[in-house]
Amino acid sequence: MELIFFYILAGILVTFSILTVTAPNPIRSAVYLISALLSMAGLFFLLEAEFVGAVQVLVYVGGIMVLFLFVIMLVNVREMETQRRASRHWKTAVVLGVVLSSELIFLVVRGADIFSTEGIGSNLIVEAQTRNTESVGSLLYSTYLLPFEIASILLLVAMVGAVVLTMKEK
Amino acid sequence: MIPVTHYLALAAILFVIGTCGVILQRNVLTMFMCIELMLNAVNLTFITFSRFLNQLDGQIFVLFVMTVAAAEAAVGLALIVILSRRADSLDVDQANTMKW
Repeated sequence: MELIFFYILAGILVTFSILTVTAPNPIRSAVYLISALLSMAGLFFLLEAEFVGAVQVLVYVGGIMVLFLFVIMLVNVREMETQRRASRHWKTAVVLGVVLSSELIFLVVRGADIFSTEGIGSNLIVEAQTRNTESVGSLLYSTYLLPFEIASILLLVAMVGAVVLTMKEK
Repeated sequence: MIPVTHYLALAAILFVIGTCGVILQRNVLTMFMCIELMLNAVNLTFITFSRFLNQLDGQIFVLFVMTVAAAEAAVGLALIVILSRRADSLDVDQANTMKW
């Protein structure tokens, strides 16, 4: 049952990813990417990471992709649609794609016996199955407190940077 | 229980699709979306190992990756807006001048 769900979600994910990459105009690309990100959230739920799945939907789909759509509306889409589509880098892309995918698949297959499905380490998840959010929160505010603060400073810098960059010069 | 290699292979495939997209696309907006796709593929790997090693640290790292992705999207989209304002085109091959 779990496996069937996995294959359905994986199929949707790969299909929409390829459509994102090959779509002729950026609006379609963005909509396909939203679908791909939603099925990714489904995979996160399947992996029992409920909090991260919810954050994926809220932050990625609700935040970042909406920002993308706003920017697509701001810039001149009509002009982009008529742009010449063929890229002269397709040979590079094919070579790199074949090399990279064979390398990654080789590593995954070679490492298959190392990554046993038996859990090692602490049993944080087993205990946390009913309250994933709570354990993520307590870990975030204890062990990872400093990185969390640095992340908030990073967001502040990005916000100020974006405002300064797009300000009209006098 | 789904074997861990299934998830890792899926993440690898998504990463490769994203990489090829960055090289193939001429439109800077779509290139940016391909980068988001690659970040998501890495997130899937993190969550997979978090699940199969029974540790929550992977999920925390995914949250940080999402933070960085959001910051990157804000700054990158600001740059795209400037590019379209000045060069009047989103084709990366057109944007080959350092100074106007």
